Amino acid sequence: MAEPDPLDRTDSSSPPPTVAPQMLSATPSPSGPLSVEPKGRSAGEADDQVRAQLKRMSRRGFAMAGGAAVALGCMGWWIASRPLAEGIPWPLRRLLEMNERLARAVFRPTAQAPIFARDRAVEPRPNGNLGMLADDGLYRAPDPREWRLRIEGGEADRYRELTLDELRQMPRAEHTTELKCIEGWSAVVHWAGVRLVDVAAETGLASRSGMPFDAHRPSTSLYEYVGMATEDGEYYVGLDTPSALHDQTLLCYEMNGEPLTPEHGAPLRLVIPVKYGIKNIKQLASIRFTDTRPADYWAERGYDWFAGH
Amino acid sequence: MARLERKHALPTRLFHWINAIVLPVMIYSGLLIYWAHDVYRIQIGNWEVVRFFPAWIYSSLHVPFRLAEGMAWHFAFMWFFALNGIFYVAYTIVSGEWRQLVPNRDTPREAWQVVLHDLGIRKEPLPAGKFNAAQRMAYTGVIVMGAGSLLSGLAIYKPVQLSWLTALMGGYSLARLWHFLLTLGYLGFFVIHIAQVVRAGWNNFRSMVIGVEYTQGEEATHG
Repeated sequence: MAEPDPLDRTDSSSPPPTVAPQMLSATPSPSGPLSVEPKGRSAGEADDQVRAQLKRMSRRGFAMAGGAAVALGCMGWWIASRPLAEGIPWPLRRLLEMNERLARAVFRPTAQAPIFARDRAVEPRPNGNLGMLADDGLYRAPDPREWRLRIEGGEADRYRELTLDELRQMPRAEHTTELKCIEGWSAVVHWAGVRLVDVAAETGLASRSGMPFDAHRPSTSLYEYVGMATEDGEYYVGLDTPSALHDQTLLCYEMNGEPLTPEHGAPLRLVIPVKYGIKNIKQLASIRFTDTRPADYWAERGYDWFAGH
Repeated sequence: MARLERKHALPTRLFHWINAIVLPVMIYSGLLIYWAHDVYRIQIGNWEVVRFFPAWIYSSLHVPFRLAEGMAWHFAFMWFFALNGIFYVAYTIVSGEWRQLVPNRDTPREAWQVVLHDLGIRKEPLPAGKFNAAQRMAYTGVIVMGAGSLLSGLAIYKPVQLSWLTALMGGYSLARLWHFLLTLGYLGFFVIHIAQVVRAGWNNFRSMVIGVEYTQGEEATHG
């Protein structure tokens, strides 16, 4: 904002400038005197000159301020009135995506969610039953012998189905972490299940090469994303693979030492402490490793797709 | 003799007015977020003194069911809030203006005199200076509050990646409470600030727009 200083009326014939004492360190100005001095005219004329100067500065200053306010107001209106991109004006969606790229570039995806004392665990609010109800309006209660978790790697014909028993026989993992709902509440919960990264290692479906997945040597042929859905596909979440294969991400079958109850997602749910609660899908029925960014129920309704902590 | 005195440098005015626009956007979008889990109350025993917030406030401000929208605006404008604040603090340091803003040893005692003066109890004029002691405390305090909002906000925004910060705030739910209390603090600051600006008059307000104050005679006015 380089512009001629309106107060700069340096004139070698003028007496030394009168500088208000508090101005000396306040605004060290290279441009010199801070007041308009009379130039051999009467004091009245000099005062008029000062007031005219003030008028000019006011006119310009308020015109600029008003212009800036109008411009900013227009900018706000412009953002708010843009076509929606999945529930929010597209400039805001682009900014959320920018925040995601920044977070993924700056932070380590392996950072651990804090662990809490087991005795602080409580039952969280079961918030929502999307995709969990059968036609009769009651929680779907699949026969444990019939139930299968379907895991796809890339293509629909490259898949594996796992029974509950098979999942339970895989290495058991548990942790007491804080579930954080996007609404703002949080609850410490003790979860137990099998780590998704172990399931990925066992099935080899997380990577294009089909090589058994090794958490310590992540392969470059890993699919970028993971999509998950309930049996009827009514609720679905999309995850970035690094978060999904985080070593605290569980396919969970026990909560606070008890088998999952129907309202908390029996027989199997996702527990992913590096994401908001909306990503912790209940009644999980299918997992799909993919290179296309999977649809996400709440992201389609205006929320951040990444939703990462 | 009339003259114009330089009062607020251009960067100060820019940072001030940018913040005057960004902060309301942050507070309103924050309210859209807070509504989704509006648990804070002031309560004595079973008597609920104040409820944050009563339904009529929400409905008159069109708050309900706009959580996603609130988060989108909040996480977009947080950049302007943070960068504007950081640039302002950097500017006061580089320019040396911090010397007139940061409280010193005499400030607490003098600030009390300002309060007495503004309430009409103290009759003598206040000592001259660009900012009086109460202003020093208020203008430095609000910057500290801004830093608090930024840090408690980050503690809520990235509680896993910045878990040390969240822990420093006393945990996730406490970080959320600090973030909320600081926002109430801005509203309190705003009420006093506006009242004082009105009291100080047009010349003072104008100087925050055009940078200079008009003075007549030797005595400068301070607002």
